Amino acid sequence: MADMAVDTTGLQAAAGPFDRAKALSAFKLGDKTFYWATRACAISVLLILGGIILSLFVGAWPAIQEFGLSFLTTARWAPANDPPVLGALGPIYGTLVTSLIAMMIAIPVGLGIAIFLTELCPMWLRRPIGLAIELLAGIPSIIYGMWGFFVLGPFLANHFQPAMIALFEGVPVLGDIFAGPPSYLSLFNASLILAIMVLPFITAISVDVFKTVPPVLKEAAYGVGCTTWEVVRSVVIPYTRVGVIGGIMLALGRALGETMAVTFIIGNSFRITGSIFSPGTTISAAIASEFAESDGLHQSGLILLGLLLFILTFMVLAAARLLLMRLEMKAGK
Amino acid sequence: MNFIKAIVAAGMVAASTSAFAADITGAGASFPFPIYSKWADAYKKETGNGLNYQSIGSGAGIKQIIAKTVTFGATDAPLKPEQLEKEGLAQWPMVMGAIVPVMNIEGIKPGEMVLDGNTLAKIYLGEIKAWNDPAIAKLNPKLKLPTDAIAVVRRSDGSGTTFNFTDYLSKVSADWKSKVGSGTAVEWPVGVGAKGNEGVAGNISQTKNSIGYVEYAYAKQNKLTYASMINSAGKTVQPTMASFQAAAANADWAKAPGYYLILTNQPGDASWPIAAATFILMHKDATDKAASTEALKFFKWAFEKGGKMAEELDYVPMPDSVVKQVEKTWASEIKS
Repeated sequence: MADMAVDTTGLQAAAGPFDRAKALSAFKLGDKTFYWATRACAISVLLILGGIILSLFVGAWPAIQEFGLSFLTTARWAPANDPPVLGALGPIYGTLVTSLIAMMIAIPVGLGIAIFLTELCPMWLRRPIGLAIELLAGIPSIIYGMWGFFVLGPFLANHFQPAMIALFEGVPVLGDIFAGPPSYLSLFNASLILAIMVLPFITAISVDVFKTVPPVLKEAAYGVGCTTWEVVRSVVIPYTRVGVIGGIMLALGRALGETMAVTFIIGNSFRITGSIFSPGTTISAAIASEFAESDGLHQSGLILLGLLLFILTFMVLAAARLLLMRLEMKAGK
Repeated sequence: MNFIKAIVAAGMVAASTSAFAADITGAGASFPFPIYSKWADAYKKETGNGLNYQSIGSGAGIKQIIAKTVTFGATDAPLKPEQLEKEGLAQWPMVMGAIVPVMNIEGIKPGEMVLDGNTLAKIYLGEIKAWNDPAIAKLNPKLKLPTDAIAVVRRSDGSGTTFNFTDYLSKVSADWKSKVGSGTAVEWPVGVGAKGNEGVAGNISQTKNSIGYVEYAYAKQNKLTYASMINSAGKTVQPTMASFQAAAANADWAKAPGYYLILTNQPGDASWPIAAATFILMHKDATDKAASTEALKFFKWAFEKGGKMAEELDYVPMPDSVVKQVEKTWASEIKS
């Protein structure tokens, strides 16, 4: 290939075979350098990741030695005890619950916005809505936290929560999930903030992949008399399934690790109660709240929490990969 | 060209002066940050010497001074004498604050409600659940108390405020001591956590029938309803500069090696029971003697001239008797 490229330039060709070899080797060197430079970049990611895991592990070692597996099954967090009793069950529970509720809200709403934007929205409205979504993604998380603390939290505690508590009172299971007293700082309020924060991820990626559906497919479906709903359900979604799930996983990753906004409105309580209106904590919020004033085993326990979040996120992403692979294989058949 | 030259020259002058007057560096507790920065500002204007204080939390401040990356560390929770000995550190109280219980109950004004330590501990243990509980009613026979549940608010982040508050509850309630204990972060039996003093203050002002604890400055600036407290002498005291200073003056500093003394529940008729000092840590035999001499000059200046500034920011200056003792400690312990 390189050979031909040299031949076509008259100037180089006229300079004789010696120079041609030299030019070739220069190309070869350039290629090699490029290859190694990009390879080094890629490998550096692995090294950095390995370094982070290693330093987390070293930091967490005293807590691992002290608590072992009981760290995962203990629902107490008593750093002031002598000796301290630390367990990650509360934060793990909070992390999973808030992420789950956030995704339950954000997935339908996000997909709804994306479908509206690509299939139904009049042209003049597309830009304002699209811009609004981008703006949501651009708001710093601390602003979400403050808004949650001063505006959303009081609103939910004074209006939404009492209504839900009254509605489900006496109903088995649901009555426990929506149990009082109303609180400004709660798992549910944090989940709602998270849902708003991850919405742009789901929407933006869904809009992008929906746009990749070949118009001819949709037109054919409309041609045989499908309604918009049927086109979306049977053509657009199946065609873009992999991309949509990718967007959802990205959002879930964000929800699992979001720190600042959650720290503001979750109430940092390590107790596990059945009610989503009670204060709780997430792994990242617990670390952010207590790290600065912690030392010794307490700090080591917080680092171990960080390691757990790392593993949890890794497991979620790995599960997402597996799911995508299975979907792709199904589609291949 | 001349213009550019002038800029370059000015830059060089600025660089050389700042390099000449080596800035003192300190790090630690966030509670005294506003007053340390105000002092630093005034000190720079007066002497030309700067002070760089990073408010990174007491725990981190202790680590930084042990690692010798700063000239002084600052902490809200004093180090024990044996730990000071081990690390070769000197410690003294620099400025005080006070913690006040705050509440939001319709019709009750600041200072009207009286609480004692044991009742406060029971509220935070979740044993007293409603405002009209007999224990509260007994302390407040004249107040019309609501029947509503008490919404308990506490700090969500690890903090010196929490350390002093839980230390007080541990001193007055054996139950609290055995079940919860004291620390910058504890296992709270009830309540929601709000971030920072400002978070607790915000939550209290928005939540009806709530109770919380904040630094006095936050109660005052947010116009929150604070409680009067019954102190260890059995007297009812209001949170005022005088009652905070009384707590420090009545504390037995002379018998506390390394000033390891927490100002909660101190004796004296006028003492506010939840006063708190914040401490400075320095190496007795520092590697950079010049910097540590500079730092001591700053602290001396702050003790002598910083009292009024502290009061403006609702901090409490250390009483003269304590200042004299601290200055003696400098002379005998810190090598310069």
